[in-house]
Amino acid sequence: MGKAIKVPTMAQYMADGKLPEVLFWVGCAGSFDDRAKKITKAFVKLLHKARIDFAVLGTEEGCTGDPAKRSGNEFLFQMQAMTNIELMNAYKVKKIVTACPHCFNTLKNEYPNLGGNYEVVHHTQFLKSLFDEGRLSIKGGKYKGKRITFHDPCYLGRANNIYEAPRELLKKLEVALIEMKKSKRNGLCCGAGGAQMFKEAEKGEKDINIERTKQALEINPSIIAAGCPFCNTMMTDGVKNSKKEGAVEIMDIAEMIANAQDL
Amino acid sequence: MQYIPNILFLLLLVGGVGYFTMNIRKLIRNINLGLDVDRKDQKNIRFKNMAKIALGQTKMVRRPIAGFLHIIVYVGFLIINIEVLEIIIDGLFGTHRIFAPLGKAYNVLIGSFEILALLVLVAIIAFWIRRNVIKIKRFFSAEMTGWPKSDGNNILYFEIVLMLLFLTMNAADYKLQLLEAAHYVKAGAFPVSSWMIAPFIDGLSESALIVIERSAWWLHIAGILVFLNYLYFSKHLHILLAFPNTYFAKLTPNGQFTNSEAVTKEVKLMMDPDADPYATPDPVAETEEVAKFGASDVMDLNWIQLMNAYTCTECGRCTSECPANLTGKKLSPRKIMMDTRDRLEEVGKNIDANNGEFKDDGKQLLGDYITTEELWACTTCNACVETCPVSIDPLSIINEMRRYLVMEESAAPTELNNMMSNIENNGAPWPYNQMDRLNWVNE
Repeated sequence: MGKAIKVPTMAQYMADGKLPEVLFWVGCAGSFDDRAKKITKAFVKLLHKARIDFAVLGTEEGCTGDPAKRSGNEFLFQMQAMTNIELMNAYKVKKIVTACPHCFNTLKNEYPNLGGNYEVVHHTQFLKSLFDEGRLSIKGGKYKGKRITFHDPCYLGRANNIYEAPRELLKKLEVALIEMKKSKRNGLCCGAGGAQMFKEAEKGEKDINIERTKQALEINPSIIAAGCPFCNTMMTDGVKNSKKEGAVEIMDIAEMIANAQDL
Repeated sequence: MQYIPNILFLLLLVGGVGYFTMNIRKLIRNINLGLDVDRKDQKNIRFKNMAKIALGQTKMVRRPIAGFLHIIVYVGFLIINIEVLEIIIDGLFGTHRIFAPLGKAYNVLIGSFEILALLVLVAIIAFWIRRNVIKIKRFFSAEMTGWPKSDGNNILYFEIVLMLLFLTMNAADYKLQLLEAAHYVKAGAFPVSSWMIAPFIDGLSESALIVIERSAWWLHIAGILVFLNYLYFSKHLHILLAFPNTYFAKLTPNGQFTNSEAVTKEVKLMMDPDADPYATPDPVAETEEVAKFGASDVMDLNWIQLMNAYTCTECGRCTSECPANLTGKKLSPRKIMMDTRDRLEEVGKNIDANNGEFKDDGKQLLGDYITTEELWACTTCNACVETCPVSIDPLSIINEMRRYLVMEESAAPTELNNMMSNIENNGAPWPYNQMDRLNWVNE
């Protein structure tokens, strides 16, 4: 991050006796994965540009427990959840934004019943609201007219019925939005969900990300837009596998907006 | 002597309905072997969902061809049943076409039944061609051999025979009306049977026509009763269960998995700094049965999941959308539902054979029916749940069984165990130091 952009922590806010407008939940991928860190930074640039009063949990943040829960380890999930909830409640967190649909789904749907009640939004929803409120604006930019498709993350789309926010952002970028034959509620999974990200696939004829990338490449996009760090990894691997890495890019929508504004 | 047909009819009706009722009671008992889950909330939304999805077929028509054909058969089935009411009254009281005094309305009614019967025939033949000539892929998965395969065709044959009997009965009736035979009141309109069936019985004597009319009438009602009783043994149960199944379906977002309450209790105790690990155990809590985590058999699933299994009509839309199945993995969400039903039936028979008590048969759903390879192939993407035309949730069963594997058996794949110990030790699924979480800021 450049020197001009500060990334304050909740602890710092607490010390100053203030509360931020929103907590940015970075997530494990956003914190540690080299590719996902770029998405995190792009999103922070946008938050800064829109003058959002935000904070992160920093070293106090821990996995939401999503991969443990989807693997069947309810104990570990609830340990993680309760630790995070205790922390966030102590910080009086009201609103959370995250760039990871898995964190989003878990925080939004599975934390309330354990005592964690927050308004949780995905970063595409949050960015859309910033545009709607005039806190961010954009004109054309470098993606204008480009053939771009959006790969629906399962945990944003089917899991939570959010299909339009990311597409509206792409429309703001004036891209030529094209849809794969399988999209929105029929979208094919990238293959990472349900903790598959962390294991070898069961034996079969091919990997799921190869199949999904094939569907994307069929419609010749110059960019496959993503809204999930795990989809991003899977689709990037798929494109490499098809030897198309020079021709097709995988980009998070936050990165595209930041790029279009030369942030 | 003149009451013999009435008595025969009564016996047939009582036998048919009685055996069916007995099996439905068995079905309800089996479903109730599942754990309790409260789905009595938000009645308005539930009724709306049932009206939309089951009655309105909104999810069926997402695949337009199958959806359209299905609506024809479905509407035909619903409406032609009005005719069954007349048949039952006639059968019991020895009347003939008791609704005939409705006059013009009756003609419209019978006429539209005939047209529907023809449309149903056409749709059924199209279904048969899809299954047996075009051989649509989802009807030919590994689990679609043996009984499930013949069941699919049996239903189509049943329906063809029933429709033809209905039209034959009407055609003979029509001819008898023209001959002004006694007891055959001039009533009804026969826009289909008069040209489709009547030419085959042209020139037959009155007595021959009566034999045909009576035989078709008896076979038709007997066929309906046999078909009714076939349901319990068939995937065709969906015609009844689609309604409760869509009514009681989960209303929370697809992505929301349940939080296990038994686990919450234990985790709270572990995290409570005031909890005394050496305290005398609460005698009340001690006597409670120790909860089993997750599911290894049908009794560990909840009653919704068991009802789902009976509701499944094996259409295979779930499997055809499943990313694991599409890429050649063993997992098929449809098989998860079929296995659950098969095992539940086995448990039910075991209970029947042992005076109402389940006797351990050394078998269970996990391993004997569903393998771990299938369970670990799931990406929890919800494609199966989203596409099911009757709101079945195979994913919830998969996750319950994973819970059993992990929490009771510690039998997760090694890589997942590594991922989980990373979360335990450093708060992330990868082996990075939690203290490095904010390093990206300065990179």
